Amino acid sequence: MDATVISLPLPALPEGWEAEKDFRAIGGITKSSATARTLEPVGPHFLAHARRARHKRTFSEDDRIQAQERAKKIEENEDSDISEPEDPILLQRDAKDWKTQDHYKVLGLSKYRWRATEEQIKRAHRKKVLKHHPDKKAAAGRADDDNFFKCIQKATEILLDPVKRRQFDSVDEEADVEPPTKKQLAKGNYYKLWGNVFKSEARFSKIHPVPSFGDENSTKEEVENFYNFWYNFDSWRSFEYLDEDVPDDNENRDQKRHMERKNANARKKKKAEDNARLRKLLDDAAAGDERIKRFRQEANAAKHKKRLEREAAERAAAEEARRKKEEEERLAKEAEEKAKAEREAAKKAKEAAKNAVKKNKRVLRGSVKDANYFVEGDASAATIDAVLGDVELIQGRIDADEIAALATKLAGLKVVDEIKGVWKGEIERLLAAGKLKDGEIKALSS
Amino acid sequence: MGDSGTRLAVDPNDRVTIGISFGNSNSSIAHLVDDKAEVIANEDGDRQIPTILSYVDGDEYYGQQAKNFLVRNPTNTIAYFRDFLGKEFKSIDPTHNHASAHPQESGETVAFTVKDKAAAEGEEEEEEPAPSTLTVSEVATRYLRRLVGAASEYLGKKVTSAVITVPTNFGEKQRAALIAAAAAADLEVLQLISEPVAAVLAYDARPEAQISDKMQVVADLGGTRSDVAIVASRGGMYTVLATAHDYEFTGVALDKVLMDHFAKEFLKKNPKAKDPRETPRSLAKLRLEAEATKRALSRGTNAAFSVESLSDGIDFATTINRLRYETLARTVFEGINRLVESVVKKAGLDVLDIDEVVLVGGTAHTPRIAANLGFLFPQTTRILAPATDTSAINPSELQARGAALQASLICDYDPEDIEQSTHAAVTTVPHVANAIGIVSPGPSGEEVFVPIIPTDTAVPARRTVQLSVPAGGDVLVKVVEGNTHIKVTKPEPAAKENGESKAAKVEDADEDADEDDSDFSDEEEEEEEEKREKVWKIGSTLAEAAVRGVKKDGKVEVSITVYADLTVVVTARELGGKSAVRGTLPSA
Ligand SMILES: Nc1ncnc2c1ncn2[C@@H]1O[C@H](COP(=O)(O)OP(=O)(O)O)[C@@H](O)[C@H]1O
Ligand SMILES: [Mg+2]
Repeated sequence: MDATVISLPLPALPEGWEAEKDFRAIGGITKSSATARTLEPVGPHFLAHARRARHKRTFSEDDRIQAQERAKKIEENEDSDISEPEDPILLQRDAKDWKTQDHYKVLGLSKYRWRATEEQIKRAHRKKVLKHHPDKKAAAGRADDDNFFKCIQKATEILLDPVKRRQFDSVDEEADVEPPTKKQLAKGNYYKLWGNVFKSEARFSKIHPVPSFGDENSTKEEVENFYNFWYNFDSWRSFEYLDEDVPDDNENRDQKRHMERKNANARKKKKAEDNARLRKLLDDAAAGDERIKRFRQEANAAKHKKRLEREAAERAAAEEARRKKEEEERLAKEAEEKAKAEREAAKKAKEAAKNAVKKNKRVLRGSVKDANYFVEGDASAATIDAVLGDVELIQGRIDADEIAALATKLAGLKVVDEIKGVWKGEIERLLAAGKLKDGEIKALSS
Repeated sequence: MGDSGTRLAVDPNDRVTIGISFGNSNSSIAHLVDDKAEVIANEDGDRQIPTILSYVDGDEYYGQQAKNFLVRNPTNTIAYFRDFLGKEFKSIDPTHNHASAHPQESGETVAFTVKDKAAAEGEEEEEEPAPSTLTVSEVATRYLRRLVGAASEYLGKKVTSAVITVPTNFGEKQRAALIAAAAAADLEVLQLISEPVAAVLAYDARPEAQISDKMQVVADLGGTRSDVAIVASRGGMYTVLATAHDYEFTGVALDKVLMDHFAKEFLKKNPKAKDPRETPRSLAKLRLEAEATKRALSRGTNAAFSVESLSDGIDFATTINRLRYETLARTVFEGINRLVESVVKKAGLDVLDIDEVVLVGGTAHTPRIAANLGFLFPQTTRILAPATDTSAINPSELQARGAALQASLICDYDPEDIEQSTHAAVTTVPHVANAIGIVSPGPSGEEVFVPIIPTDTAVPARRTVQLSVPAGGDVLVKVVEGNTHIKVTKPEPAAKENGESKAAKVEDADEDADEDDSDFSDEEEEEEEEKREKVWKIGSTLAEAAVRGVKKDGKVEVSITVYADLTVVVTARELGGKSAVRGTLPSA
C-alpha cells in the first residue's frame, strides 16, 4: 500500500530528549495480543503473501492440522446446545390451537424462554424442521403428518417477530417464578427465593439494567434503590395475546366493534391487575425483608443514641451553667466584701486624715497664738481675727499634706520670730506657686 | 484447499477458465474480458440462471425454462438442491422442495426421483419409462454440465476449469462432494472460495478501487438464506471475523408475503373461489408471479400482478405499489436489520466500526432493505447497493465476478501450487488485536492516537504514513498501541412531563405504522437518541524516535512493519531527507 497522508502534525521533541541513534525501544507486541485467524486465500494480495510465506517450502498434512487447530473458529456447529426431549403429548397437539401452545416448548427452548436469543430460536427452528418436516415423515411412510410441523412454524413465526414475541412473553406463565410460600421461606434462603421472583419479573422492564433483589449483605442504598425502582416499575407487559377473536368479515360491523371494545377493556383490566399483582409482590417481599427491619433498627438505634447523646450534652451543659453561675456568685461576693473592707479602710483613713488635718490645723492656729498673734502685749480681737483669718485662708489653699508639713515645721516652736519665719516662708512659697495672690494675706505678712 | 475426493486436473496450458457462482436458487457464470470480470448470459439470455433442472419427455431443461416447469411439471423438476450436497438426509431442510421433486434418503446421501427418460421408441404409448433416482451429486453434475455448456458455447471453446463460490459454512464433505460433482461434469475446480469474499474481491478489483484498510459487512441476501459476514479488509487481504446464516428472513419469505397478499385479494374479489394456496398448481403460479412482481417492485414504485387461471379457472390481475409492499414485508426487513446488527456484535464490533456494507444476492436489489441498513449504520458508512450507491455493482453478479477474477489469478498454477498456496499453514497467521499508531498533539494539547496498522491486520504487514511538521525543528515519533471504545453521551434528560408525552407519541406512531403505509423513520425518536462516538484510547508505548531539524512545513514519513514473529520495525525520516531513524522491537 502507498503511504497515507495524514493531515496531523507530529509533536515537538521534548526538551532534553536523548537516545542512542535517536531511537528508544520501550515495548513490543505480546504474543497474547495477537489472534491466529484464517486469511481468505483469495485475491492478488493474498497470493503475493502466499508466495512469500511458501518460499520454496512444502507444507504437509500435519502442518495443516496444526494450523487449523490454532486458527480461531468462525463457523459454529449447526446443531448445538438445543436438545430437549420431545413430549409425546406435545407432538399430538392440534396446530389450530396455537393460542394455547407453549411456543418455547415446541421449539425445545423451555429452558431459555424469554432469555432465548434470536439466533437460538432460529437454530432451534431449523433443528425441528430437519426432523419434523412433513416431507421427511412422508419419506418414512407417514404421509400427511404435518400437524406438529405447523405448530413449529407458528411458534417460530411468533418468536421471531419481536412484537408478537413480547405479546406471548407477556402471558408466558411458564416463565413466571411464583412467589415463595411461607413454608419455603421458613427454610431460609429469603433473598434467593425472592431474588428469583424479581429476576423473572425484570423481563418486563422497559428500563435496563434492573436492580436485583440482592442479599443480606446489600447496602441500605442498594435496598432502597431496589424498592424505589420496583415501586415505580415501567413494564411493557400487555395482554392482547389473550384477546377474544374479532370476526373479520365485513357483515358484522357492530359485533366487531363490540368485540374490539371488549378486548380493549379486558386488556386494560388485566394490565391494572398485573400492576396490582407486582405491587403486592413487593409489599410481601418488603414485609419479610429483614434488611429493612435491620436498617430501621439501625436507624432507630442511631436515633436513640443521638437522643442519649443529646440528653447527656444537655445535662452537661446545665451542670456547666450551674457551676459557672456559682462561680460568678462567689466572685461577686468576694469582690463585694473586698470593696466593703476597702471602703471601710478608706473611711478610717479619711477620718484619720481628717483628724490629722484638724490636729495640724490646731498646731497652725496654736502657733500664731503662741506667737501672740505677732503683736506686743495683748492682741486685740481684731488682730486675732485678722491673723486667724490669714491662717484660715492659707489652710484653705493648701492640701492636707502641706498642712501636715507646715504643722511639722511649726511644732514645738516657741520663738515668735521663728514662728513668723515659718509662716513667711510658707506665704512666699504659695505666692511663688501662684496659690496666693499679692495682698491677700494682710495680717501675717506684716 | 484440503478438499479430498475425486478431482480433475488439467494442464495449466490447456485451461479455459470461468468463475461460477453456484447458488441454491440461482447460479451465474463469469469470465474475464480485458481484466474486467463479466457475467455471461446463457442461451436464454439469463445472467441469473435458476439452479433448477426439469425433465419433460426425456428432455432436460435447466435455468429459467426449468423454473417455468414448476407449474406444469413439478414432480420432475429439481430445485433447491445445492445445500444438500455432501449431506445426510437427516440433516437437510426439505422445506423449499415441497413444490417440486422431494428429496429422499438414499444411503449416505440425498436423492430425487424423476422421470428423466423418454418412452423408448416402439414401445406402447401408455407404458411409462421407469423413473430414475438421482443422487444430489448426480443432479449437481448435470446442472454444472449445463452451466459449463452455456459458457463454452459463449466463449467458443470448451471450458475446462472454474473457481466456484460456496457459503462460508460449507463443510469439508460438502466441498468434496461439489468438487467430485464438477469432476464428473468434466470440470476442474481450481478453487472453492467463500461467497462473501468473492463479492469483496469483485469490488476491490475495479480499476478505480483503492486498496485500503476497511471493515466490511457483506450481507448476502438470497432466495432461501441470508448470510452475513464481517470481513476485515486489510491491504487487499481478507479475514472473516464473524458470520451468521439465517433461513427465515429471505427472498422466499418476501415471496410468501406477496403470495398471501394477492391470495387474500383474489379471495376478496372472488369469495366463492378456492384459495389458490390450497392447490399445488395454483400455488406454483401464485409463487412465480409473486416473485416477478417483487422483482418489479425493486425497479418501479408500482408493479402488476397478473395470472391466467389462478384458481378455479379465474384470471386475476391487480397492481401493488411499493409502499404497500414495504409495509407488508416490514417484519422480514426488520429481521434482516437485526441479523446484520447481531453479526456486527458477534465480531465484537460496533456499527460505528463498519466502513462499508456490501450488499450481495438477488434480494439485495430491494431498495427498502438497503435504505434500512443505512439507518442502522452511521452516515459515513457506505452502503453498496443499487438503491443507495450509483457506483454499486449488480448484487446478483458480484460472486460470479469474484470467482472469475480469482480464476484468472490462479489459472497458471498447477494443482500442487494451488494446494500449497491455500494450505492452512499459509492462511493461518497471527492478526494483531490492537492497532499500532503514533501520537499527535490534539487541538487542546491532549495526545491523539493516529492509527497506522489497524486491529485485525494479518502479519506480516507494513504501513507507511506521512505527517506534517508545520513549525519545523525536532519532532517526536511516539509509537503506541491503541484501541477503540464507544463513548455514549446521554441526551439531556427532558423534564418528566415532557418526556412522558414524548414517549407516548412514539408509541402512537409505532401503532399507526402498522396500518399506515408511510413513515418508517421517526424524527421524534431521533431527537431523543443518545450520541455515540468511537474514541481511540492510547495503550502501551512501544517506542520513541526523534527526527531532527525538519524544515518548516516539512513532512515526516513513518513506516511500521510487523513481521510474522510479531517483531516490529519502525523507521522515520524527513521526506526528502537522507538519513532515517530506525529501530527494532522484539515481540514481548
Ligand atoms: N430485482 C430483485 N429485487 C428483489 N428480489 C430479487 C431481485 N432479483 C432477484 N431477487 C430475489 O433474490 C432471490 C435469489 O437471490 P440469489 O442471490 O440469486 O439466490 P441464492 O443465493 O439463494 O442462490 C430470490 O428470492 C429472488 O426473488
Ligand atoms: Mg447466494
